[in-house]
Amino acid sequence: MRKLRLILLLLLPVMLAAQPVMPGSDRASEISDQVGDDGEEDFDVSEYLFGHVGDAYEWHITTIKEKEIAIPLPCIVIENGIHVFTLHHAAENGYTLNEDGKLVNAQTGKRPLDISITKNVLGLMIDSLLLVVLILLCARWYRRHDVLKEKPTGLAALLEPVIVMIEQDVIKDAVGPEYKRFSPYLLTAFFFILVNNLMGIFPVFPGGANITGNIAVTGVLALFTFLMVNLFGNKHYWKDILWPDVPLFLKAIPIMPIIEILGMFTKPFSLMIRLFANILAGHIMLLSVIMLIFLTAAMGPVLNGSMTLIAAVFGVFLDCLELLVAFLQAYVFTMLSAVFIGLAHQHPETETN
Amino acid sequence: MSLITPDFGLLFWMVVIFGIVFFLLAKFGFPVITKAVQKRSDHIADSLKAADEAQARLAGMAEEHARMIEETRLEQSRILKEASESRERIIAQAKEDAAAEAAKLLDHAKVEIAAERESAIRDIRRQVAMISVEVAEKIVRKDLDEGDGQLALLDRLVEEAEQAQMPN
Repeated sequence: MRKLRLILLLLLPVMLAAQPVMPGSDRASEISDQVGDDGEEDFDVSEYLFGHVGDAYEWHITTIKEKEIAIPLPCIVIENGIHVFTLHHAAENGYTLNEDGKLVNAQTGKRPLDISITKNVLGLMIDSLLLVVLILLCARWYRRHDVLKEKPTGLAALLEPVIVMIEQDVIKDAVGPEYKRFSPYLLTAFFFILVNNLMGIFPVFPGGANITGNIAVTGVLALFTFLMVNLFGNKHYWKDILWPDVPLFLKAIPIMPIIEILGMFTKPFSLMIRLFANILAGHIMLLSVIMLIFLTAAMGPVLNGSMTLIAAVFGVFLDCLELLVAFLQAYVFTMLSAVFIGLAHQHPETETN
Repeated sequence: MSLITPDFGLLFWMVVIFGIVFFLLAKFGFPVITKAVQKRSDHIADSLKAADEAQARLAGMAEEHARMIEETRLEQSRILKEASESRERIIAQAKEDAAAEAAKLLDHAKVEIAAERESAIRDIRRQVAMISVEVAEKIVRKDLDEGDGQLALLDRLVEEAEQAQMPN
């Protein structure tokens, strides 16, 4: 009972703070200015959601008293040479944003080759830097210390159990005897996804970008797995795809080979969609719950206050869930990648058993 | 919709960034860590095995020790037995030798005593003969003076002497 009262007390400022927030003061207004939409006063749900989970040419942090606090990012466009500018100077360079919020040529309305450092790219860079620093610091500990005389301390003690768990329990079991060749890739994939997932949950600046919930990112990860599976597959794997052990009429009209070849692509495709959908859904769920506060702002203090309470409680719950999902999806991606690699390294003896 | 259409720029950067991360971690990160961990777990396995072997060897040594003690005890009793045997033998030998020596000495003494007695008897005989000769001389001298009454006495004397000599 006392704990409940304490929680309510802690939530009180949240509820009070939620009151003066005016709809439309969110980033939505800024973007609708640029795109030229209406809806200055209404809370634009779609802009709110997709503004948070989507990509952007600047990293919007918050708005304090109508003042935007955002990190400007370089737009890099290749069209008759390389053009580098920030979003505010897009018009001067002859570019504008289309309805998806992407840079297009102002005259032709066509997408140029756009390799801008967007919010997600910057997030990727920061998270990757963090990951590389963490792992290399950990590796440095092992270089500097005699592992037979000392037990790991600090970062090494934190990361070692995770690395060992992934390598021994997931990679070794799924890939089989040749696992040492693939464990660097699979460990990299695991920690890359894990760090990006966790940073995605963290709400302010270096975090908060929806990186692993972006299909391009998960697509590239799946592509790497695809390459790992197919570049190093053994003879038996290719025979199983092109000339499987099925009755002849299934191979003469190449039904089974077609299905198998399709399977080569559906496996990484499922990896891509699974990670993307899980993380995106997590972000959207969390945002939707928080959005309740802003949606009910105009409906009076009682409704808004109670909704704020509900949103805060659900927000805590969903954040915990997302922590679990962040780990789980990294784990699942790694495990399935390992299984696919393992399938490409089976030997006929093990299969006939 | 932009959510499910991958953006080229992001794809490009993702390939670059993930490629770099992969390269760095696969070259300088994870292999170092996994090798070190592997090294340690190998070391632990080896140490356990070595400890097991040492234990086994220790048990073997205890057995060996007991065996050696047993052997030594047997050896000791054997030596003791041998010693007592040889002692007996030496004593018996000594007794035998002493007995032989004593018998030899006794024989020698007997021989010597016999020789002494022989010579003593011979001495006595010689003296008896001398005395007899002297007695005979004296009698002969007197008888030569007195005549034939004395011849009977002479016969009697010789007879007596022969009778005295007979018991020997």
